[in-house]
Amino acid sequence: MSVIRENLYPFSTKAEKVRGKDSFWGNVFLRLIKNRMAVAGLVIIAVIIISAIFAPLLAPHDPIKQNILARYKAPSAKYILGTDELGRDILSRIIFGARYSLLIGVITISLSLFLGVILGVVAGYFGGIIDLLLMRLIDIMLAFPYILLAISIVAILGPALSNAMIAISIVNIPTFARIVRSSVLSIKESEYVQAAKALGASDLRIILKHLLPNCMAPLIVQSTLSMASAILSAAGLSFLGLGAQPPTPEWGAMLSDARSALQRAPWVVTFPGIAIMLNVLGFNLLGDGLRDALDPKLKN
Amino acid sequence: MLAYMSKRVVFLVPILIGVSFLVFLMIHLVPGDPAVMMLGERGTPEMLEQLRVDLGLNDSILTQYYRFLKKLIHFDLGRSVISNVPVNKEIGDRFPATLELTIFGMFLAVIIGIPAGILAATKQNSLFDNASMVVALFGVSMPVFWLGLMLIWLFSVKLGWLPPSARLTVGVDLLSITNIHILDSLLTGNLRALFDTFGHLILPAVALGSIPMAIIARMTRSSMLEVMRQDYIRTAYAKGLNSRIVIYKHGFRNALIPVITVVGLQFGSLLGGAVLTETIFSWPGIGKLSYDAIMARDFPVVQGSVLVIALIFVLINLIVDLTYSIIDPRISYS
Repeated sequence: MSVIRENLYPFSTKAEKVRGKDSFWGNVFLRLIKNRMAVAGLVIIAVIIISAIFAPLLAPHDPIKQNILARYKAPSAKYILGTDELGRDILSRIIFGARYSLLIGVITISLSLFLGVILGVVAGYFGGIIDLLLMRLIDIMLAFPYILLAISIVAILGPALSNAMIAISIVNIPTFARIVRSSVLSIKESEYVQAAKALGASDLRIILKHLLPNCMAPLIVQSTLSMASAILSAAGLSFLGLGAQPPTPEWGAMLSDARSALQRAPWVVTFPGIAIMLNVLGFNLLGDGLRDALDPKLKN
Repeated sequence: MLAYMSKRVVFLVPILIGVSFLVFLMIHLVPGDPAVMMLGERGTPEMLEQLRVDLGLNDSILTQYYRFLKKLIHFDLGRSVISNVPVNKEIGDRFPATLELTIFGMFLAVIIGIPAGILAATKQNSLFDNASMVVALFGVSMPVFWLGLMLIWLFSVKLGWLPPSARLTVGVDLLSITNIHILDSLLTGNLRALFDTFGHLILPAVALGSIPMAIIARMTRSSMLEVMRQDYIRTAYAKGLNSRIVIYKHGFRNALIPVITVVGLQFGSLLGGAVLTETIFSWPGIGKLSYDAIMARDFPVVQGSVLVIALIFVLINLIVDLTYSIIDPRISYS
């Protein structure tokens, strides 16, 4: 932890020093909430989290139950965002869809973070032939365009939301592995790591106590930004029929159902797309804000 | 420089071998019998056996991979299980459509994204800067398939200005020479086809170009901001140069490297990754080809197109790397 603090602390202003004197993360938080864009991102994410948690309380209608009498109703007081071809309330489906979107983001990125960190640490810390092989593997993965690799993996595993999530997790591993590896390479020869070694610390202890904490800042930023792209890709896969399957109220799948209704009922297409965009925007804003807060040197 | 280039090309070999092996493995990673999976309900036991023999599925994995590589060297990617057309012919037919769309989309992204980024950087914190960066943020956050649908709704359904799908209106004839329609209609002097092609290109190109445009604008802005803070820029201003020369000659040229990287990477990924855009606009390119093949479980076509796309992607990334030294002679690779 000390290395990060040495790098970043000199840039904090006087006021911050008085308030968040001892805490690196306190300083980061102060810088973050001063950034209007980041706060906007936090607010968007908070709204989505709240709708996900309280979906049954907030949704005015059942998200799955069909009502043939209410097909393609335009937005009105009863159906605020209108209804789809099976007479389901779009607002309710969007509110419930927040659950899928967030779960997809959190689960896929946790998985790729976990695997990416292991690969990166092993490659960077042990070096040699292991490093060479792992990095060539990463290069091979990076030789495929992002969405195409995800689609190919789903093609192998078969279309399902869980498989789409596995695919997106795999596709995101290289970014995390590279970040961790380069951090590990830059600090593993530093004196305090050598000192820990001399004191007889085990490899695992050095990795967990000394190396990983130093990767935290870039990993947090990258996870937030990757969350945005994971949500976007999952929606894309569901839209193509390779992810969430009907009648799941997942936003991408909702758009897929709605394609044929473009002429009759444009609201069926409009609102799920706005939901996806806002969710992705929230994570992008937060990610940018975190990057500026964690490393003020980079701020433009 | 030459040494660096040849080193980079040599480094490609293991990657390409790895890529080909992964693509080859695809068919074997699918749970169950690949023959049954491809033919599905249609397959009689004789048809299944015939397919296994055709695909060589009865041999050992290594023998199969060896045969796969040997055919690959002769550009033989096998035949489509559905249409029985050779896969390299299918790809050859579809690729010009993707190339045309990608070039047009990237053209839009570059001619709007770069000037917007420069202007935003030179007027930092102005209304234009803030507005264009907010638009760019929405741009990177927007699902491209949704943007495509909204464009179709507005410009095809509501206004009726532009066609929603395909490359040419039925009934418009065009002699296919390169299968790049703009080029073909220019070569044959077919103005009707030229205008028709443009009409069909606009919506998918705008949808495809929107995300790269946003990324390019953001990258140009931050790279310019970084450069414009340098001492030599202040010197250039101090010696009385007009700001246009300072911005373009001293500033932009030096800010170009990260911008080129982004343009190149985006170009590479669009060339192969336009699955969503091509599907929405029924654009008969390689992205739609691979998507249709995946849905039909036509694995030779999936393998072939994924392989070709990955190859193009890797080559473009290499070209981007090599371009640096031309733009910026200070970079040496010894």
